[in-house]
Amino acid sequence: MKRIETKHLLGLENISKNDIEEIIDVGFTFREVLDRPIKKVPVLNGKNIVNLFFENSTRTKISFELAEKRLSADVTNFSSSSSSVQKGESLKDTIQNIHIMKMDCVVMRHPVPGSCLQLSNYVDVPIVNAGDGTHEHPTQALLDIMSIKEKFGKIKDLNIGIVGDILHSRVALSNIFGLIKLGAKVKICSPPHLIQRNIEDLGVSITYDIDELIDWADAINVLRIQRERMGVGLIPSIREYRKFFGITYDRIQKHKKEIVIMHPGPINRGVEIDSEVADSDQAIILDQVLNGVAVRMSVLYLLLGSKDFD
Amino acid sequence: MTRNIKKIKGYILLKGGRLYEPFLSIDKICDILIKNGTIVKVEKNISIKGKCKVINCKNKIITNGFIDLHVHFREPGFEFKETIQTGSSSAFYGGFTRVCTMPNTSPVIDSPELVKFIINKSKELPVYIYPIGAITKGQKGMELAEIGEMVEAGAVAISDDGIPLKNSQLLRFALEYAKKFNIPVINHAEDDCLVNHGLVHEGKMSTRLGLSGNPDIAESTMVHRDLSISEYVKGRLHIPHVSSSKSLEIIKDFKKRGVNVTAEVTPHHLSLTHEILVDYDTNAKVAPPIRSSNDRKALIRGIKTGLIDCIATDHAPHAIQDKDRDFKNASCGMIGLESAFGLVNKTLSREKVDINNVIDLFTINPSKVINITPNLIKNGNIAELNVIDPKSKWIFDENSIQSKSHNSPLIGKEMHGRAVVTINKGYITTVS
Repeated sequence: MKRIETKHLLGLENISKNDIEEIIDVGFTFREVLDRPIKKVPVLNGKNIVNLFFENSTRTKISFELAEKRLSADVTNFSSSSSSVQKGESLKDTIQNIHIMKMDCVVMRHPVPGSCLQLSNYVDVPIVNAGDGTHEHPTQALLDIMSIKEKFGKIKDLNIGIVGDILHSRVALSNIFGLIKLGAKVKICSPPHLIQRNIEDLGVSITYDIDELIDWADAINVLRIQRERMGVGLIPSIREYRKFFGITYDRIQKHKKEIVIMHPGPINRGVEIDSEVADSDQAIILDQVLNGVAVRMSVLYLLLGSKDFD
Repeated sequence: MTRNIKKIKGYILLKGGRLYEPFLSIDKICDILIKNGTIVKVEKNISIKGKCKVINCKNKIITNGFIDLHVHFREPGFEFKETIQTGSSSAFYGGFTRVCTMPNTSPVIDSPELVKFIINKSKELPVYIYPIGAITKGQKGMELAEIGEMVEAGAVAISDDGIPLKNSQLLRFALEYAKKFNIPVINHAEDDCLVNHGLVHEGKMSTRLGLSGNPDIAESTMVHRDLSISEYVKGRLHIPHVSSSKSLEIIKDFKKRGVNVTAEVTPHHLSLTHEILVDYDTNAKVAPPIRSSNDRKALIRGIKTGLIDCIATDHAPHAIQDKDRDFKNASCGMIGLESAFGLVNKTLSREKVDINNVIDLFTINPSKVINITPNLIKNGNIAELNVIDPKSKWIFDENSIQSKSHNSPLIGKEMHGRAVVTINKGYITTVS
């Protein structure tokens, strides 16, 4: 029944366009399931999925857990704060221990880029990357893409803006890989020192002018500004960031065109985005959250499932 | 293919090879007769009656043992990674007969006693070991170590190894003080602030892989600072493991002005590009990082034009648990002694560099940097030489590795050319 080529979901750079489209399509099917009175389907009955979180997470972890439970999988949670990693056990040993207990799938978040790919050298079950440092966060990008598709009915030829700290954002990188693959145009807007070198090679354009981005874009993905970037000289102040890069109410009012506003959450209201914008009709931030559960169900089902469902 | 190290007993005749002896400017076909480890005859068509091991050297090159200015043998302190003995075996198998050990051991080699400890340990081993002493006590970058005492004890250079000397005034003092002892100062050229915790070369790969980037300017700005200070005090600077095109441009300018500077390049910077990191292979994590193909091309040009003086391996053994980790926490460095010649020759022969010039990079050129002369290939000298098969194509096989550690991204890769026989201090090793 294999409907996608890839064995793991390590990132969107290394999976095919067809696989991405299939995941999104099946995501919409699960989205319908989520609207039913009984939101659970028995497709992963008897499968064990372990959520390995070596880095703090609330939303992503809840979303995965919900997706797993609604697919009727058995769920085991492991987080580094409560684990032997604190006692100096290596990633390899932790994983081999878990693997020997016959898990069917590993969902992992880890602070270091490449960890999920390295993990695939140790275990032979499907691995889903739930965020590896400043590298990729593929399920977030998939839910973003799904939400854009829900709104516009397509991805190809849309103008998608991404604003924020691109350099440290795995959300941005996965979005870039996925959106470019599906034929969208991507423009990033960020303080110049918070952009990776050679990022144009990935097919994106750059502007430092937020108004130019708003003029150009059909939709804008607003990245969260992480507080830890303040006070280390990267962002001088919230006031200054908001002035030059904030999606403020005044700025949005000024532009006649109605653009779609997205945000991966959690939102810093009044920093990267104003409350009036986040709560407006043009924001699809809560749709993204719901699509997140659906697309994660889709990913796990396509990697693990053996039976059809209806 | 296995090798072992044996004591030489009786006669060995190297028959029909081409002797290339850059120190004596000899390049001719001739035989060499060795008795109990000493050269007794160098001439054409030697014939010998009685018991003698004859090694057919037809189409092979007989040349000096290789010299490596930059190795880590980890002893004292990290004997689980390498010891002076295992490191020496690794060197000998790679064709090296003289190596310089970096001082980043535990304790740091910053006193004459520790210099002597290493030299004493190497007495019975098949290679000569020259310790490099620390510039500052404990590599802490605060106060000069007993440089003169270390030189008297046998140190041939000073370096704080992987820890760049941040304090420019202290580097000035070191360069000035070292002049009295006629030794080069080797400073790891990276500006820590610009490195900014970068794990790989900053460029398209760091962007794709989401790994923090270490830009080429982190190296080149430090190279410029170091050379400016060295020029000002007429010091003697040696630049280790040059990795970037930008650094080479700067070295070129200073060399043109007659500044007394030498530079080395590693086999991996010369032969690999950052594309090798595509699967996050921690064995390819090194400092400075392996850079872009433009940088690699510039390094090859640097070799061709003589801007780069020599090859040095930066042989950096690490145990499995140091490398089999996530990319951020994995240690930096790779082993290099056993693959060095095969890799460099593969790279440079494709670039049409003459084999004699390749050999110079491993022999006469590094010898000049640290002012040492090996046992030359002539009558009465201890036999210290290699028989090189420049056409040999061989696979760098993990099972054949003599180093205690196996951290190399080159395992399983094809190498071109190797030392098939190495002789030194009465020992011989051959590929069988």
